[in-house]
Amino acid sequence: MENIKVIVGLGSCGIATGANKVYNLIKDIKQRDKLNIDLGKTSCVGMCYNEPLVEIFDKTGYYLYGNIDETTVNDIIENHIKNNNPVNDYLISYKLISDNNKIKFFKEEDKTFSLSQHKIVLRNCGYINPESIADYESRQGYQSIKKIAHEKISSASVVKTIMDSGLRGRGGGGFPTGLKWKFAANKKSDEKYIICNADEGDPGAFMDRSVLEGDPHSVIEGMIIGAYAIEATHGVIYCRAEYPLAIKRLNIALTQARKKAYLGKNIISIKGFNFDIIVKEGAGAFVCGEETALIASVEGKRGMPRKRPPFPAEAGLWNKPTNINNVETFANVPWIILNGSEEFTKFGTEKSKGTKVFALAGKVKHSGLVEVPMGITLRDIIFKIGGGIKDGKKFKAVQLGGPSGGCIPEHLLDTIVDYDSINSTGAIMGSGGMIVMDETTCMVDLARFFLDFVQKESCGKCTFCRIGTKRMLEILTRITQGEGEEGDIEKLEELSYQIKDNSLCGLGQTAPNPVLTTIKYFRDEYEAHIKKKRCPAKSCKKLITYEVDPEKCTGCTVCAINCPVDAISGERKKPHLIDQNNCIKCGVCYSKCKFNAIKLY
Amino acid sequence: MRIKRTNTSKNKTKNHLKVDLKLIDPIISKYKNKKGNLIPILQGVQTTYGFIPHEAFIKLSDEIGLKLNDLYGVATFYAQFRLHPGGKHIIKVCHGTACHVQNSDGITDALKEELKINDGETTKDNLFTLESVACLGCCSLAPVMMIDGETYGKLDNAKAVKIIREIKKTEFRV
Ligand SMILES: Cc1cc2nc3c(=O)[nH]c(=O)nc-3n(C[C@H](O)[C@H](O)[C@H](O)COP(=O)(O)O)c2cc1C
Ligand code: SF4
Ligand code: SF4
Ligand code: FES
Repeated sequence: MENIKVIVGLGSCGIATGANKVYNLIKDIKQRDKLNIDLGKTSCVGMCYNEPLVEIFDKTGYYLYGNIDETTVNDIIENHIKNNNPVNDYLISYKLISDNNKIKFFKEEDKTFSLSQHKIVLRNCGYINPESIADYESRQGYQSIKKIAHEKISSASVVKTIMDSGLRGRGGGGFPTGLKWKFAANKKSDEKYIICNADEGDPGAFMDRSVLEGDPHSVIEGMIIGAYAIEATHGVIYCRAEYPLAIKRLNIALTQARKKAYLGKNIISIKGFNFDIIVKEGAGAFVCGEETALIASVEGKRGMPRKRPPFPAEAGLWNKPTNINNVETFANVPWIILNGSEEFTKFGTEKSKGTKVFALAGKVKHSGLVEVPMGITLRDIIFKIGGGIKDGKKFKAVQLGGPSGGCIPEHLLDTIVDYDSINSTGAIMGSGGMIVMDETTCMVDLARFFLDFVQKESCGKCTFCRIGTKRMLEILTRITQGEGEEGDIEKLEELSYQIKDNSLCGLGQTAPNPVLTTIKYFRDEYEAHIKKKRCPAKSCKKLITYEVDPEKCTGCTVCAINCPVDAISGERKKPHLIDQNNCIKCGVCYSKCKFNAIKLY
Repeated sequence: MRIKRTNTSKNKTKNHLKVDLKLIDPIISKYKNKKGNLIPILQGVQTTYGFIPHEAFIKLSDEIGLKLNDLYGVATFYAQFRLHPGGKHIIKVCHGTACHVQNSDGITDALKEELKINDGETTKDNLFTLESVACLGCCSLAPVMMIDGETYGKLDNAKAVKIIREIKKTEFRV
């Protein structure tokens, strides 16, 4: 039992499935049985669907266990750790030294999930302890900034390398990062700011959280390189308050980086390169992801966007030249500097280089974090890597770009991941949220959901964004409640174009996108709601009916016992009946009936 | 628009609990005279009391020299700030996209039924406040809720209710 290393995945997602309990249990048993093991932590490797994950390194090789709970942990300790017998039942993959460390998987689906990815941004996530700077350094961490110092690479050539790499902003807009840096570099000022946008407001996206929790130093190093390139003096990471673990790990990482003189005065002996970073916590406002609103928020004001120009590169935080980039954009930077722009351009398409991280969630089998080269098709991401749709249902659409994006239907699944191809469908690449929907998701309700979101989050400055979205929401709510009228679709379209044209910031300008794309691709669903007062996905409560099929009903009484409002009557062993006036359409009877006797119309 | 929280002044009476204003002196001296720190100050005050009491606004205005109007403007803009006390346990049910398509509405409905309150309200015994939030960043485990900082994933209605009942049990034991 020599030299066994046990590592538990402790990202927010792992913790939510009980990884902390698993960690503490192993710690207790280690003490109780005086086990000679190293117990360590890492963050999310992206395989959220198998969480909690436990890795074991022993003298024979490497083993990855999934779906671990308090009982299976005991099994693994008894068999694997104490007796060198790996427990195949919970194993996902392993590498044996005797087999040249070739990775082997137990299930084909896990193999496809892992091997179809290319990790640049997530190069360290799940492989290092995010609270250890030594771990980061052992995987080429801080080598890029050292390379700049040792090879005396000038600021201008750092900017040029980033330009040549073709890296485009990963926060959603896709603006070329090198060009943005050039603008900021050209502004002369004794104070300049570089800001990392970690607001991650898209509801349904968690790429930035995973990077910050799993590899905070990569973002910090990216910011240091950016600061060097544009000659910034101060750095700010604006992180949303909903990510307490990310904030904690960032602060730990910043303290470590200061101690090692990666931050502070004359960084890595580069004369006159003085730079430090602080973390600012958001306070819950989606619009603060917009850059001018973010700046206002950092200044302690209401996060209201303002007119551009002046762009932040001219007058940003405290009126000083400011450069803002997304978390994922920064995490790419050290890799590009170290490996060269040419290496980066090997991945991707003509106008979209490198990789993109997606947070795959919704009705897909393997939800988690995936990093794929640009140019891969949506079909490959959802069906190959994601393993297809859960519970044997049928694919309906995939939502990209959150409230600013749109729904892409089945016949466009061969669209490739690239800024321009995705824009041409009416959706946007967005920051990487990818929500898969099946036949039971109502597209009208989804549009209503997003309008409800933007309507609440609108800062209120522009009339069209403030009131127009409210009117759209009212129409959509009516339609989902069976009160849609002839002409509603046209009214929605008209409002959409007006809001797009008359809003100041990206929130308003893109707010109608979810409605426009669903009308474009799922007009028949809107029409069914309006004309036939039916919801084809059988999801809008006001438009569905539960009924007992007397042929199939055995009178087992299960439905009547479980109905929360006592809407079901009937004698034992005789067909039951639902009182439609009382039924609140909760669906409990439908899921409880063992004889398929409850019908849903 | 972001105004829902501004018209909650009706139940102001609830607000007049005894607040020890000395508790926030360290926060004020830490951030006073440094620019751009209004949000951290308000966050500190909220951590201290669980909400931002009316009296604290007045004290902050007096001591850091910002107009009450501006303080209130910022506090009501951001969803995080609470102007009235919440329950002992704050339940945040996620209504982000991933959770929405996996029936987070059902979770909220089940909890409303269990706690006999509406979304945004606090139970009579002040034990629970039920809230909706947009995405907790654990979308792969949707539907998700967070109670007192702890996240619970892969929920269904029954599981969510069970978690609440467990908390109730520990409350009544003590
Ligand atoms: C309403 C709105 C919300 C936004 N939210 C985010 C966000 O959460 N994270 C982010 O990186 N960018 C967000 N952006 C984009 C930013 O304004 C900005 O373009 C981006 O941070 C620039 O970084 P990049 O060039 O590296 O992508 C948002 C934009 C708008 C209009
Ligand atoms: S478009 Fe909407 S969110 Fe943006 S500034 Fe105008 S009102 Fe505010
Ligand atoms: S759907 Fe719900 S309320 Fe309606 S009959 Fe079935 S169990 Fe009762
Ligand atoms: S959508 Fe619920 S956690 Fe992200």
